[in-house]
Amino acid sequence: MTALELARIQFAFTVSFHFLFPAFSIGLASFLAVLEALWLKTGKGVYANLYRYWLKIFAVVFAMGVVSGIVMSYQFGTNWSVFSDKAGPVIGPLMAYEVLTAFFLEAGFLGVMLFGINKVGTRLHFVATLAVAAGTFVSAFWILSVNSWMQTPAGYEIAANGQFVPGDSWLDIIFNPSFPYRLVHTVLAAYLTTAFAVGGVGAWHLLKDRANPGARKMFSMAMWMAAIVAPIQIFAGDMHGLNTLEHQPVKVMAMEGHYDSHPDGAPLILFGIPNSEEKRIDYPIEIPKASSLILKHELDAPLEGLDTVPDEDEPPVGIVFWAFRIMVGLGFAMAGLGLWSLFARVRGRVYDWKPLHRAALVMGPSGFIAVLAGWAVTEVGRQPFTVYGLLRTAQSASPLDAPAVAASLLAFVAVYFIVFGMGIWYLLRLMKRPPEAHEAGLDGAPIRSAGVTPASALVEGEPA
Amino acid sequence: MIDLTVIWAAIIGFAIVAYVVMDGFDLGIGLLFPFFTPGKDRDTAMNSVAPVWDGNETWLVMGGGGLMAAFPLAYAIILPALYAPLIAMLLGLVLRGVAFEFRWRDEAHRKWWDRAFTLGSLVATFAQGVTLGALLQGITIEDRAYAGGWWEWLSPFSMLTGVGLITGYALLGACWLNWKTEGTLQRQAAAFARRLGGFLLAVIGMVSLATLMLEPSYYARWLTFPGVLATAQVPLASVIVMFMFYRSLSRGKDAQPFFWALAMFGLCLVGLGISIWPNVIPARVSIWEAAAPHSSQVFMLVGAGLLLPVILAYTGWAYWVFRGKVGSEGYH
Repeated sequence: MTALELARIQFAFTVSFHFLFPAFSIGLASFLAVLEALWLKTGKGVYANLYRYWLKIFAVVFAMGVVSGIVMSYQFGTNWSVFSDKAGPVIGPLMAYEVLTAFFLEAGFLGVMLFGINKVGTRLHFVATLAVAAGTFVSAFWILSVNSWMQTPAGYEIAANGQFVPGDSWLDIIFNPSFPYRLVHTVLAAYLTTAFAVGGVGAWHLLKDRANPGARKMFSMAMWMAAIVAPIQIFAGDMHGLNTLEHQPVKVMAMEGHYDSHPDGAPLILFGIPNSEEKRIDYPIEIPKASSLILKHELDAPLEGLDTVPDEDEPPVGIVFWAFRIMVGLGFAMAGLGLWSLFARVRGRVYDWKPLHRAALVMGPSGFIAVLAGWAVTEVGRQPFTVYGLLRTAQSASPLDAPAVAASLLAFVAVYFIVFGMGIWYLLRLMKRPPEAHEAGLDGAPIRSAGVTPASALVEGEPA
Repeated sequence: MIDLTVIWAAIIGFAIVAYVVMDGFDLGIGLLFPFFTPGKDRDTAMNSVAPVWDGNETWLVMGGGGLMAAFPLAYAIILPALYAPLIAMLLGLVLRGVAFEFRWRDEAHRKWWDRAFTLGSLVATFAQGVTLGALLQGITIEDRAYAGGWWEWLSPFSMLTGVGLITGYALLGACWLNWKTEGTLQRQAAAFARRLGGFLLAVIGMVSLATLMLEPSYYARWLTFPGVLATAQVPLASVIVMFMFYRSLSRGKDAQPFFWALAMFGLCLVGLGISIWPNVIPARVSIWEAAAPHSSQVFMLVGAGLLLPVILAYTGWAYWVFRGKVGSEGYH
């Protein structure tokens, strides 16, 4: 394999692992903020217990997100130095803003959020939780702006030395055409991922003990999220798709599996096997003209296919085609479960309908899979470019020898599988334990320093 | 007119200083960890940094991200040039970072995560030291890109700077524990600090002398009259700082030795600045050659100017919340 292929595998590997953690922690931080707010408002112990239950999980997720994220911030330079040199003046400042407005905020308040409730009191502690939650969102804002600029570059000029440099307005760069859609779609995806993880855990404990108040509360909250957010997400995803059709039509051709142009209405290919040799979809199951209806809102609207695109500008169709179907399929399954839960509420059986709980348990990891699939659609669909249409992936890589990249790839694979494999196992172990009536705080927490009186009354489940 | 490139060089320099000041001691605790008694002492040592390590490491992201944003050419040349040590550093940071959480989650394997904590800290520290040495000794550049092989960083000098940084961070870690802990752990930390101080001074002396021989420009910068009158103050101050360090230690002070050790690091960084200025890649690429365009500099400066003071304020607050000696209570 060439150094370029190895570098691509390495980036795909490290970013896929990394993305799992923030996708969870963005949603989890907001969930924790809601739990703490409800606790402070109502004084009900169940919220405090759930807060402490999920805080332990959050701490592990967040640590893995941080360490895998540091890798990403250096990966641009180690493996994609030409890209960094050329795009640095435009995307570098956005990433610097991510560090300044988000990373420091999260990290600065995380210690207090995890360990500080006895030292600062409940109000300030709530502020710390809010700061961490805000940090996770702001981080998503900037990094998705960067990613969107790579998809739909705007507001730039090209300097004599070949660098992309900022044009007149930074707003054109930050709010590039695909950014608002990508931001909404991705943040909703993070919320759904968390909702289904929480719902799966709740369902697991309800199956064993339907009277557990913590399990009931978390399951109910998660199912409300599923019922409300999943349909919104389908709508947001559709909007994002139309935006992609406008700015990156080739990506949509790959998503749809449209090798051929259809001058009078394109079919919606539900399933089939992309055959890149023959440039066709084998064994297609399709609905005539439905693709034109969805994309152009008109049955006979013409749609161009990959036959209009030079071969060297085509993304790998198979990956994009399959990943898209996985994402969409899971999206509809999520909405379906949300509907089912509403039906269960009407029947008054949310907490004791075992098939519903089993389905929610199975759907527990669905958000993670959907997020990775969606990420593959948009990133693989951007190929063969790093900056869409302007800078080719093949011209972005560092001048490295293949053995160097191969060695580091092997090291990443070995360390990540061991470390994050163990981490995910610890998460599952934490989730396996039912939420208790007097849930402990973080064990191993530095509780007391000289001169500070621990207000241990605060952790008994009642607000001050 | 104010030169924004110089300001940005100062900001990146500040991020590096902040990183060394803050993450140095928590990496150092990892280095000393195997020498502490399992159980209460190790838990206490870990807890003394658990609430702040994440913020400390963020300065490394600020340094790397800031370099990409403000000096993209330097970022694009340095990172491939130091490929192996930087990847090793990242993997080391992964190992030690998760150990903070994992050791509490898995009592059966706590011993392993303690080892991972030490191994990760050791690899990360050594790699940072090697990075410094490799940059000082010079890297091969052709036409806006790194043009050396993937082992160019390896030399006796970079090994020496690697060992030097291990000594330095271990000293900071020992001084931090001397400040933040009590009893046997504090006594043990103080004993480490006593041994490491002299050793560090010796390594710094060796690195300094070797640096002078690396590049004629370093030699000229340090030893040409009348500049030598100013530069000679750095080694002189180092000796005084080291004296004060030992004095505070022998008087049984808690916090003072830590700050004298930091002062020692500060002088090393001043020395580095004297050798390097005004280059971003030592003896190769100047800050002006590598600088991002004016518009990028201005846009970021607005953010940095507004936010860095706020960041320093809440970081200070987070340290303040966890002030004083660390107990080891609260374990299950």
